[in-house]
Amino acid sequence: MSELIEVRNATKVFGGGRLFRQKTGLVALHDFSLTITEEPPTITAIVGESGSGKTTIARLILGLASPTSGAVLYRGKDIQNLARGDRLQYLRDVQVILQDPYEVYNPFYKVDHVLKTPIKKFHLAKSGAQTQALMEQTLNAVGLRPEETLGRHPHQLSGGQRQRIMVARALLIQPRLIIADEPVSMVDASLRATILESLRALHLDFGISMLYITHDLTTAYQICQNIIVLYRGEVAEVGNVDLVVKKSLHPYTQLLINSIPVPDTNHSWHQEKLKGDPAAQVTVSTQGCKFADRCPHVMDICRAEAPPLFRTDDGRAAACFLYRDRPRLEETELEQVLAVPALAAV
Amino acid sequence: MKPAILEVRDLTVHYHTSRGAVQAVNAVNFDIREGERLGLVGESGSGKSTIALALLRLIRPPGRIESGQVLLDGADLMELSEEEMRETRLAEIALVAQGAMNSLNPVARIKAQLLDGLKDHGDQLSSRALDDRAGELLNSVGLRREVAHMFPHELSGGMKQRVCIAIAISLRPRLIIADEPTSALDVVVQRQVMDTLLKVQEELGASVLLIGHDMGLMAQVADRVGIMYAGNFAEVSQAVDLFREPLHPYSQLLIKSLPSLEDKGTLQGIPGLPPSLLERPIGCAFRARCPKAFDRCVTEEPLLREVQPDRLISCHLY
Repeated sequence: MSELIEVRNATKVFGGGRLFRQKTGLVALHDFSLTITEEPPTITAIVGESGSGKTTIARLILGLASPTSGAVLYRGKDIQNLARGDRLQYLRDVQVILQDPYEVYNPFYKVDHVLKTPIKKFHLAKSGAQTQALMEQTLNAVGLRPEETLGRHPHQLSGGQRQRIMVARALLIQPRLIIADEPVSMVDASLRATILESLRALHLDFGISMLYITHDLTTAYQICQNIIVLYRGEVAEVGNVDLVVKKSLHPYTQLLINSIPVPDTNHSWHQEKLKGDPAAQVTVSTQGCKFADRCPHVMDICRAEAPPLFRTDDGRAAACFLYRDRPRLEETELEQVLAVPALAAV
Repeated sequence: MKPAILEVRDLTVHYHTSRGAVQAVNAVNFDIREGERLGLVGESGSGKSTIALALLRLIRPPGRIESGQVLLDGADLMELSEEEMRETRLAEIALVAQGAMNSLNPVARIKAQLLDGLKDHGDQLSSRALDDRAGELLNSVGLRREVAHMFPHELSGGMKQRVCIAIAISLRPRLIIADEPTSALDVVVQRQVMDTLLKVQEELGASVLLIGHDMGLMAQVADRVGIMYAGNFAEVSQAVDLFREPLHPYSQLLIKSLPSLEDKGTLQGIPGLPPSLLERPIGCAFRARCPKAFDRCVTEEPLLREVQPDRLISCHLY
C-alpha cells in the first residue's frame, strides 16, 4: 500500500496579516489529514456547504495554495519542494477537473488545443498522426465522437461535451488521482448522469483514484465509496458512504440530507422546521462546536469545547458529543474508517 | 380549478442572428392560475428564461417577440405603451432574475435598493414611513431590520437572494417570476430561501412562475409543472401526477436521470443533444433522442393536447 498523496495536519488560515489589520484570520481548514493510496484506487467524496473548506483541500493537494501549518506529501515528499523530476511526475499523477466547463477554454483556440498541449508537454506522442490517434482514442473512452468534437471551437459544443473533453484531457495524461471539484454542478441535469458515469468508468477501467468535491450528497452517494463531510473547515462525519448517507449520525449530515429536494411529491420537504438560519447569520461562535448554534441536540458541553471524532462504527466516525461514549479517533487516523472496498463492489 | 390570472397565447420569440432566426420560443400556450406555483423546467436553451423575459417584455435585440398575446386579467400586455408596461413591472409582475444576488448595486445600501421601486412607482411616503416599510419588507423575508443599512458585500449569498425577494414583493405583485432563484446556493440555504419565497407568496396570495432545471426542487415546490423541450412544452401536468407517472418520454427520461439516495446503480443520462433551433426539424423535436419514436414522429409535429384531466402532453403516443 503505497501512499500517493498524504495531507498531514494541514491548516489553512486566510487573512490575519498586517495589511488589513485583522486580528484573526479566517480558518478555512483546521488540522485536516487524509491519505490517498495508489493501490487500491478509491473514490472519496468531500461534501460540505460553501465555506466548508472543500475547495481549499483541492487547492492544497494541487499545490495551488500552501498550508499555513502542516504539509502535503507526494510519495512521501513535501510538494512545496519537489525535485524537478519528482515535480514533473507529480504534475502528471495529479489532475483536476474544474467546476465551470465554460471558463476553462480559450475561446480563440479549437478544443484540440486543450488535448494537444499536455501531449506536447509530456511528450506523449512522437508524431502528428500519433497525436491524432491518441486524441481520438481518449475521446472515445469518455463517450464522445471525435468527428463531432475535434476541430470545433468551444462555443460550438454543449456544456456537457466540454466537461467531458476535460475528463478526456485528464485521462490522456494517465494520472493516478483526479480531483473533480464540482464537475457537474454547472451541467444540465440530463447530462449529469452521463458525466458521472464517464468518471466512474475511468476509475473502474484505468484504476484512477478520485477525490470528488461537491455539495450534492446524491451524486456523491452514487459514485463514491467513502465520504468526508466538512463543516466550517472541520470534519463532521467520515466513513463509508452507505453508512453516512443512509444512517447519518452527525446532526449536520442529517440536516444536509433532509434539505435535498426529493423528486417525489409524497416525500415533503416542509415536514420539519429548521433551527438556526445560516442565511441570516452573520457571526459564528468561535468556542466549542461550530455547529452548536444550528444544532437541534445542542448540549452544554458543545458550547465549551470542540468535539473530537468518535468512532461510532467500524467504517465511520462522527465529531459530535452525542457519541462521546465511543472510542476517540485521531484526525490523522481517518483512513481507519475509510473502508477499502474491492473495485467490483461499486 | 382556480381562474387564470395570466394567459399566454401563441407566444413566439426569435433571436435574429447572422445565421438566421433562432426559434427560442415557438407558439407557446399556457395559463398561470390564481395563487398557483407553476414550475417551468427544461435543459439550457429550451426557452424557459426567454419566456420569463417575454412576459415582462424585457426581450432585447437581437431577440424579438414575433407574435402572441400575454393576457393579464384579459388585458394584453403586448398592446401596452412602453410607459404603461414600465408601471406594470414590479407592481403587477415582479422578477427575481437568475443570479439576482449579483444584480444588487455594490455601492448602494440595501435600503436604497429596496425603496427604489416604491419611489419610482409614485408612492409618496415620509422618510419615517419609508424606513418602516423597508424594515417590514426585510422582516417578511426573515432578515433583521439592520440589514437595511448594510452594503451587499456584507451579506451572504442567501441573504442577498432574500433581499432580491424583498424587492420583488415591495409593491405586492400578483405574479412573481423566479428564474433559477437558488441555482448558486447550497442545499440548506436553498431550502431556506425557497421557504421564504413560498411564505411571502402565501401572504400576498400571489402566483409564482418558478423556472429551473432541478426536478427535485419542482417536486417540492410547484403545484403544476411544465416541461419544455426545444422552445415548446412537452408536458404540462399537476406535479403529483407528473412525478407519480410521467407520460411524455422526455419527462420519463428526465425523472429517471436524477441521481437518488434510494437506489445505487448505473446512472442513466439522456443520450444525444437537443436540436439546433436555427432550423426546426419537421416532426417531433425530441424524436432523435426518443426511445419510443415511430414513423409518425418523423413527419408530423405533435400538438399539446389534454390526454387526461389537467394533463397536457405533446406526443403521438397519446
